[in-house]
This record gives sequence, structure tokens and C-alpha cells, in this order.
Amino acid sequence: MSAVADRKAAPPTSTDARGRGALGSRLRGTVLPPLLAVVIALAIWQLLVVLEVKPAYVLPSPATVFGQLFTLLSDPTFLSGIVRTLSRGILGFLIALVIGTAIGLAVARSRFVRSAIGSLLTGLQTMPSIAWFPLAILLFQLSETAILFVLVLGAAPSIANGLIGGVDEVPPPLMRTARSLGGRGFGLILRVILPAALPAYLSGLKQGWAFAWRSLLAGELLVIIPNAASLGQLLQFYRELSNAPSLYATMIVILVVGMVVDQVFARITNGVRERRGLSALRN
Amino acid sequence: MTGTATAEPIRIIGVGRTFGGAAGTVALEQVDLVVQEREFVCLLGASGCGKSTLLSLIADLDAPTTGTIDLGGRRTAVMFQDANLFPWLTVAGNIELALRFSGVPKADWSRRVTELLDVVRLPGAEKRRPHELSGGMRQRVALARSLAQEAEVLLMDEPFAALDAITRDALHGEIERIAEERRLTVIFVTHNVREAVRLGDRVIVMKPSPGRIVREERVPLPRPRRMEDPEVARRAGELHDELDLQAGGAR
Repeated sequence: MSAVADRKAAPPTSTDARGRGALGSRLRGTVLPPLLAVVIALAIWQLLVVLEVKPAYVLPSPATVFGQLFTLLSDPTFLSGIVRTLSRGILGFLIALVIGTAIGLAVARSRFVRSAIGSLLTGLQTMPSIAWFPLAILLFQLSETAILFVLVLGAAPSIANGLIGGVDEVPPPLMRTARSLGGRGFGLILRVILPAALPAYLSGLKQGWAFAWRSLLAGELLVIIPNAASLGQLLQFYRELSNAPSLYATMIVILVVGMVVDQVFARITNGVRERRGLSALRN
Repeated sequence: MTGTATAEPIRIIGVGRTFGGAAGTVALEQVDLVVQEREFVCLLGASGCGKSTLLSLIADLDAPTTGTIDLGGRRTAVMFQDANLFPWLTVAGNIELALRFSGVPKADWSRRVTELLDVVRLPGAEKRRPHELSGGMRQRVALARSLAQEAEVLLMDEPFAALDAITRDALHGEIERIAEERRLTVIFVTHNVREAVRLGDRVIVMKPSPGRIVREERVPLPRPRRMEDPEVARRAGELHDELDLQAGGAR
């Protein structure tokens, strides 16, 4: 009994020590470089301000902008703008996820569907999303639907292509093994093909989100809906009022949201790679 | 032993396989082979002699251009040179997938996994991930996964060719023991003469262009055998010399 207790007690201390060491090197490896980059960027910004490259009402100092950012973060209109833009982004992305996945599966599994729309999907991916807006406005007027329409058109092809690529690149030996184990039909798709395609699918999702976020902001600049503040609309609004500090602050928020979501995807992808023993390839 | 003496053998009659149409490459030509119940047969030959093609045909992973293969209602399980473990699954998950595909009820999985890991001498490895295992351990898991199918015929395509000699020798012993315990019929593809003599009740020698059977050799040595047994070495040497003579500058 006491032996068990001892064994249970011992590991935490050693993991703790290892944990602290790992934390230290992780700080050096992952936190320090981006922090340094931000400091350098701020220094260059400050330098440009000091040199008065542009007048202060066009190029405010970092201090002014971050001061304004804190003010805005307690302003209900601004906060509701963040919430509205984010919820549009998430809703549109989820719709694109469902549509893109369905199309991706259809193309990956059916030769007929592939030759019908396979190249169209890649074509759609190269289509600048902003080019869809006149049509979207024509179809849906200045509405949420118009924005979501373009967002989904921007994101779904990437998601579909990620899945198609993943399915196409399932290693033939793995497929042969799965078949020799008796895998057939839906079971084979669900238990072997989709899990094998997961890493490529995840990078499709990540790219899909990037397209969604871009389309969304473009949409909010063009499709102005009254009494519905959004980040894109606020950008437009601050420019019209020549409110440079707020304009910069809003852009920082847009950038940070993009980076945070990217980090979420990176975490998920790394987790998947690590479980499969693929992360060692990076070192 | 009841019934085994009267069981129909595996009959491979006039089997040919041509890739790429009528004028294509002839991978196999007019192969006839009868494998008895519980026999351990080694298909031996240089690369391109069609031995792996023949194995895929027996495994029903490919269809012959001519001829017939009659397994007498037996099921087959295959093991390849690479373990091809599914990297997103644990060791237990890999074996469970084979059980699932074989229609084994979920309630029996855990017991069967434990039992199979004992058979391949990897007890307690359930939760480990494929990338954490050595090459030899991976092949043991692949073997457990193949055995999970409860097939009567085990088809092995150079399963130990990528392993170091010590690991390979250990696995030779395991496969000999498991084939005996589980009353398996084994068809084992190799390009290693010594390995063929070490394992086989019978060695079928194949030659390329086109792939065909050129001779067969019984190995009536007692089991368990060892790679270093003088008699294994002597017979392998003879077979080797003969293969060299036959190859005679062709390759």
C-alpha cells in the first residue's frame, strides 16, 4: 500500500521539475521571438512618429492608439461591433464547413462529381471575394445574407479542397492494409479515409477561416447595414470622421482576432500531428 | 487434428496476371500451386519474379487475368513489409479496427486485444501509439492485427525484410510458434534463401520475366529451427548456388 503511495507521490515532483524546465525553454522558444518582433514594430512606428513622416492626425503615436484602444474596449458600440463581426464570422464559417465538407466528400468519392466541379472549386478559390459583392447585393440587397453569401463562397472551396487533397493523399499501402483487414464502403470511409485525411482537412479549415475573415471584413466595408455596428463598418466610420487613433485601434483588433483564431487552429493541428508522431519531423 | 487431414487444399490453377492490357507486362504466367492445410510455404525469388503479385491475388486484393484460385472457403489475412499501422489509433485501436471490420461484437474487443497482445508478446502495449514503437514491435502489432481476423490462411509479404537480424530471428521463432498454435496455413514471400529454408515446409522458387515457378524444394527439417542450424545453412547454400546458376547473367 505504502509502495503504491510512494510511487504515486514521486512522479509529480519530477514532472514539476521537468515542467518548469520545459516552461522555461517554451518561453524562450515561443513567447520571446514574437514579443521581440512586436517591440521592434512599435519602435519603428514610434520612430516614424518622432520623425513626423506623416502629420499626427494621420499617424498617431502607439501610446495614443493603445490609449484609444482601451477607451474603445469599454465602449458598448465598439464591443457590439466586435461581437457582431465575430458572430457573423463564426456563423458563416460553420455554414461553409458543412457545405465545403459535403462538396469535398462528393468530389473525393465520385469520379463523376470530380470531373463535373473539381476544377471549378479551384477556380472559385482564386476568385477575389470582393468581386462577388455586387452580385450579392443585387440578390440580397444590403443585408446580413449578402455578407454571409460571399463569406461562404470564399471559405467553402478551401475547406472542400483541403478534404479532397487529404482523401487523395491517403497512402496506398494504408488503403491496401485497410482493405485486407476487411474494410469496405462506409466503414472504410469513416474509420480509415477520413481519419487519414484529417491533417489536410484541418489545414483546409484554417485556410477557409482566413478567406472567411477577409471576405467578412470586405463585406462589412461595402454592405453598410444601419444600426448594426461591425468592425468593418466602424473602420469606414472612423475614416470618415478622420478619427485616426480609433481607426488604428480597430485594425489592431482585427489583426489580433485573426491571430488568435490562427493559434487555435495551430493548437488543434499540432495536437493531431503529435499523436501521430509527425511533430518530430519539424525538429 | 480432426478434419484437417481431409480438408481441401488451396488450389491455384493456371494463374496469370498481365498489367496494362493484352500487350502489357506479364507479371505472372501459368502458375500452378497446391498448398495443403496447415502447410508453411515460402515463395522465394528475386524482385520482379511476381511473388508479391501472386500473394495479392491469393489475398483477393487483385484479380488474376487468367486461371483460378480456390481457397476452399478459407479466409485470408495479410501482413506486409511495412507494418502500416494506422497512426491515429493506439495499438489497441489498431487491433480493434480489425475486429470491427471482421464483425466481432464490441463487448469482446477488450478481451481479444489483451489475448492477441499476449500471443505476439507485447502484453500491456494497448495504449501505446505506433510512432512510439520500434520496427519489430510494430510488426508484432501488425501480426496481432492480422490474427484478429481469425483467418485460416496468413499471407506474409516480406514481413521481416526491413528489420535487423536479431529482431528478425526473434520474430521467426514467434511466427513458427503462432502458426503451430493457431493451426494456420502460411504463405510467406521472401527474397532471402536462408529465411525461406528456416521457415518453410516447402520452398517455391520463382523467376522473373515472366514471373513463374521454376522449382520447389521440401524442407523436412524438425522444428523449431534456427537460422544458424548447419542443415538450414547447407540447404540454403545449395539452393543459392542453383539460383545463381539459373540466373546466369540474366540479372
